Amino acid sequence: MARIAGVDLPRKKRVDIALTYIYGVGHSRAEEIVERAGIDGSTDVKDMTEGEIRSLRQTIDENYTVEGDLRRQVQRNIKRLKDLGCYRGIRHRKGLPVRGQRTRTNARTRKGPSSSTVRKRRS
Amino acid sequence: MPRSIKKGPYVDDHLLMKAQEAQEKGERKAIKTWSRRSMIIPDFVGLTFAVHNGQKFVPVYVTENMVGHKLGEFAPTRTFYEHSRQQTTRVRTH
Repeated sequence: MARIAGVDLPRKKRVDIALTYIYGVGHSRAEEIVERAGIDGSTDVKDMTEGEIRSLRQTIDENYTVEGDLRRQVQRNIKRLKDLGCYRGIRHRKGLPVRGQRTRTNARTRKGPSSSTVRKRRS
Repeated sequence: MPRSIKKGPYVDDHLLMKAQEAQEKGERKAIKTWSRRSMIIPDFVGLTFAVHNGQKFVPVYVTENMVGHKLGEFAPTRTFYEHSRQQTTRVRTH
């Protein structure tokens, strides 16, 4: 059982792929970590020795912000913008796209499901 | 792409002069400005600007956190309109 950075325990996959299950670790970062820890990325998680797991854990702890800490950091950055009252903060507050996308149509990811007039009339 | 660091922050000269004067005399009234493009630099902290949004001047009190943003970011130029969602639904249900 490989438990790294809190709750993540992906098995049965290559180490470099399994690491991407951690929030804050993508493909390139996974490769970096594997290299720094001195582990072959193509070995399966279940075949890793305790020592290897420990060195992985250590490299992540020392060099990267992942999972809860990273989420908190992101939220803090957003909160800073909100409290500041700048344009980007206002967009975050209203749940509208922040980076200048159009809102006349689309923007459904930020705005949530559409409330069409057709559906309203039927109910 | 962000502005080159080599160039340093952009601040309109006329605004910079007024701001320095205000800092020396002890900030009193808001500095009226149209220069939304000017970066807020550390020297501006504590001053109040009246930033034009195309229609009127929006008062902006500069705090330390605002350094690095532009003045225009704090004076919105558009009013956002949206159909009010839930009220129309309730009217139509019965």
